[in-house]
Amino acid sequence: MAGSITRVEELAYILKISEVMSSQVKTLNPHNTMQDVLECMRENRISGIPIVDQENQSLIGMVSTEDLIRCLANQDVQSNLQKYMSTRLVTVNSFDHLTEALKLFAKTGLGRLPVLDEKGALTGILTKGDVTYGLLRALQHDYQEEEVRIYRASHLFEDIESDRTSLILRYTIQHFDFTNGGAASSKIKRALLRMGANAQLARRVGIGTYEAEMNLIIHTTNGGSIHVEIEPHQIAVYAWDDGPGIADVQLAMQPGYSTATEEIRELGFGAGMGLTNISRCADEMDLRSELGKGTHLTMKFLLTGEDVVGEGYTSKTKKESSKNDA
Amino acid sequence: MNIKNLIKYIDGDLLTKSADLSREVKGGCGADLMSDVLASIQPDAVLLTGLCNPQVVRTAQMSDVAAIIFVRGKKPPQETIDLANEEGIPLITSPFGMFELSGRLYLAGLPSLERPITD
Repeated sequence: MAGSITRVEELAYILKISEVMSSQVKTLNPHNTMQDVLECMRENRISGIPIVDQENQSLIGMVSTEDLIRCLANQDVQSNLQKYMSTRLVTVNSFDHLTEALKLFAKTGLGRLPVLDEKGALTGILTKGDVTYGLLRALQHDYQEEEVRIYRASHLFEDIESDRTSLILRYTIQHFDFTNGGAASSKIKRALLRMGANAQLARRVGIGTYEAEMNLIIHTTNGGSIHVEIEPHQIAVYAWDDGPGIADVQLAMQPGYSTATEEIRELGFGAGMGLTNISRCADEMDLRSELGKGTHLTMKFLLTGEDVVGEGYTSKTKKESSKNDA
Repeated sequence: MNIKNLIKYIDGDLLTKSADLSREVKGGCGADLMSDVLASIQPDAVLLTGLCNPQVVRTAQMSDVAAIIFVRGKKPPQETIDLANEEGIPLITSPFGMFELSGRLYLAGLPSLERPITD
């Protein structure tokens, strides 16, 4: 909940009052009676009416249901509305942000605020209901944007015909760049989820790639690069560097074996589990290394059954059920 | 248990603003070695750790962690908090140590979501 509240607060600073207010305003003029007020409120199901000057349409006052009740208590509906209208006006500007209106609602306890344009003329009315509706609409829009991204990405391959279509993502990883460590893996995981990968697959690729990315950051001379080739039924991740290379690949593959320095260990890495983790995440793993030349790591992830990325087949319900891997 | 309730059990302070506190936590995992976390943790766990660098958030994101609790009242640097806000992962700091925190959450009904690393 707190997440959406924060987003709502943020939206209140982004949305202009003009985007949220009702601009079809029912108004009356100072010549009307309280009987007219009563009918106007009943017909339009509104609880407040701005009173405007007949000639220049400038705002003179407001009549609310409370004013009407006072009038009815006096059995005085035939009287001119000026007798009951409030002239101490609290208004907002259409070009202000919604947050200004929220402050006024909180401060005054009023149920509605007349909205004035740049010239000071009445241009709309803002109720708490308008605010709620406007915020909900904006949140819905946010939500839809991500939905559209997911839709586009999940149908990426659908209309492209070839004997074999694939999408390649390339990332350059800098040596010892701990600040951005994991940024590439993070983008890859998000891309796969948008393309319709189920949660378990995205997680396996994410963890495997993250370990490989950290290896490039920690153990290389000049950093390296990560290429991800995405096909509907297979994802291949290539991590390569140009040195220093691994002296004994079999030894490096053993759980717990590590050449990491104390400094690296303090960062939570270098426990000698990276390659073990990679081999457990990937369906196929290939590690080739030559001292002085560099290391090539290949991970393959095979999609089985109905699972597919970028062709829009994966249904939402399936994603849910496969969320909990063993 | 959702994150809002979890915070009460551990006298926690929420460090991130853009967090979804209604997210359900299914269990817990405690570690300072991120490779151990990556190897052993199951989805939707709360991660107890004494490590405060941004790699904790990356690790959490990769392994679908529901929230991160920093033990012994540790406060992570701003870069860690910024990344967590960006990725929508709640960060909580608690005055208790790893042992006490694990005990409290276990008693509150959260099972372990760590599986053995050796196959």
